[in-house]
Amino acid sequence: MRPRPSGPRLGFFGLRAYAVGGNILPRRRNTPVFAGTSAVHAARKRKMHLPDGFLDAKTAALAAGAAAVGVGVALRRVRATLEPRQTPMLGLGGAFVFAAQMLNFPVAGGTSGHLLGGVLLAILLGPSAAILVMTCVLMVQCLMFADGGLLALGANVFNMGIVNVCAGYFVFQAIRRSSRMEQKRTTVLAAAFAGWFGVVMASITCAGQLALSGTVPWAVAFPAMADVHMVIGIGEGLVTALVTLAVLRTRPKLVAGVRDRVVGRNLIGYGLVASLGLALFVAPVACRWPDGLESVASRFGFANKVAPPVFNSLLGEGKLSFLGSAGATAIGGAIGTVLAFIAAYFLARLLVPVLGPKEEDAAS
Amino acid sequence: MRLPESKSRAGGIGVSPAPFSATSSSIAAEKVRTDPDTLARRGSPRLRLGIAFVFIFGVALLPRGLDGFYAVPAALLALFWVLCRAPFGYALRRMLVMETFILGIGLLSLFRPGAAPVFLSALVKSNLCILALVMLTWTTPFQEILQVLRTLRLPSVMLTTVALMCRYLPVLSEETRRMQRARASRTFNRRRRFAWVNLGTITGQLFIRSVERAERIYLAMCARGWK
Repeated sequence: MRPRPSGPRLGFFGLRAYAVGGNILPRRRNTPVFAGTSAVHAARKRKMHLPDGFLDAKTAALAAGAAAVGVGVALRRVRATLEPRQTPMLGLGGAFVFAAQMLNFPVAGGTSGHLLGGVLLAILLGPSAAILVMTCVLMVQCLMFADGGLLALGANVFNMGIVNVCAGYFVFQAIRRSSRMEQKRTTVLAAAFAGWFGVVMASITCAGQLALSGTVPWAVAFPAMADVHMVIGIGEGLVTALVTLAVLRTRPKLVAGVRDRVVGRNLIGYGLVASLGLALFVAPVACRWPDGLESVASRFGFANKVAPPVFNSLLGEGKLSFLGSAGATAIGGAIGTVLAFIAAYFLARLLVPVLGPKEEDAAS
Repeated sequence: MRLPESKSRAGGIGVSPAPFSATSSSIAAEKVRTDPDTLARRGSPRLRLGIAFVFIFGVALLPRGLDGFYAVPAALLALFWVLCRAPFGYALRRMLVMETFILGIGLLSLFRPGAAPVFLSALVKSNLCILALVMLTWTTPFQEILQVLRTLRLPSVMLTTVALMCRYLPVLSEETRRMQRARASRTFNRRRRFAWVNLGTITGQLFIRSVERAERIYLAMCARGWK
């Protein structure tokens, strides 16, 4: 939480200032402008860093293996394509993600969110460099700030490095190739949607890992993680789009995702990596899932008195069965995705008016 | 500026280990306050990393339901805590970072039959593991962990990346702070939309500046005989 405004400024305006709460507001003149002085402070709202103790050995090993393969491939591609001139850029990119995560973006209701950064890095530096940089960032977060687990590092790299980056980048390039709008506007639309999409996909993989290791039943983990991150992802998409647009306006040649021509084969490759990664952890648990909580309940002998009575009654009466029913979740997910895309479209129209220089002045 | 020092350090990683391993004062040491006199600090960093890994591995893989057994790792951890004299507030702050996630997932895990043991063991396990990691970061500055990673044959690209990241993290956060201050002194608009757009612009600007800095770093690395 950000510190409360000091002084006796309560009442309507104080409340409003608290709710609006960006770092640029005059009310914080006397307090440090920089909200999170340390990365630890900024890391507080991060939702997807798996700690140790939630994954079992099989899942952790599987995730670590998959992450190692992915990072190895990314490493090879980076070695093959990166010019020596760009070598320090990887390190600076990591530091940039750290610093960008310290900027808190105001969200409704006085809370604030910050960037995950994988998709943004993929757009700015290219996907394989982004995977590498995210791996390093997660490693530093784990070993320097005790943020995220050591055994779960493989899972975290896999979710936030590989799945997030590949899914986001695939969507970004797919939209850019298929859209007929003006280029800058297309890029903003693609970046906004890709940022959102990457976060949601990573959260679904995370839910799959939790379910596979038997900590949380899939019928609960999937809707909970996906719903929360469909909301969190809005902020991510917005930031990704805004930053991409800002770089595109001042130094368009720095945006690798726009500069490089992506061959169709490569594009399909990213989509395949993301969906394979998703399938690796989701498929083993989801195929037992057709009838949701009921099956879970019957399989584990729900009627027994093992469960706490509260949850037993809650589940037994079917109040929560909408969480678990496959159809409802699928429809909800589809509606959410369509809504996110429409929102991204309107954001792009708002931010990049093709015939309106006035708006451009205001935004820049 | 502190640029020259950074270059020699970055060069040292890629080519020859000697100049790099010699330095002990580092940014990482500034960020993580360490206590150099304690017993726990005297073992080699490699040993410490190994112990932490074995400990976490052991705790995370304990079967669920052996609730009484958790006293053993907890006692070990307490002993280690006494040995390295970590202040309580430090560990608490680091733990609170992860606590929301742990509680959230813990609550989710209640939605199943026989939930209580799973919930409790997951809670205890993850807190023990985080405490172990906190102890590791307390006793070992990141620079030493970096050396261990180098002896473990981490690819040189990643080593360079991690080292540069740690070197320039404080620089870039200072830069961010300056940019925000400059923006705050010039912006009078309270509307939320502008807050978002401004922060987006600042972040984009931060990226451009880090690209430019990376170019300067590369030139300086070359000038000092990198590669």
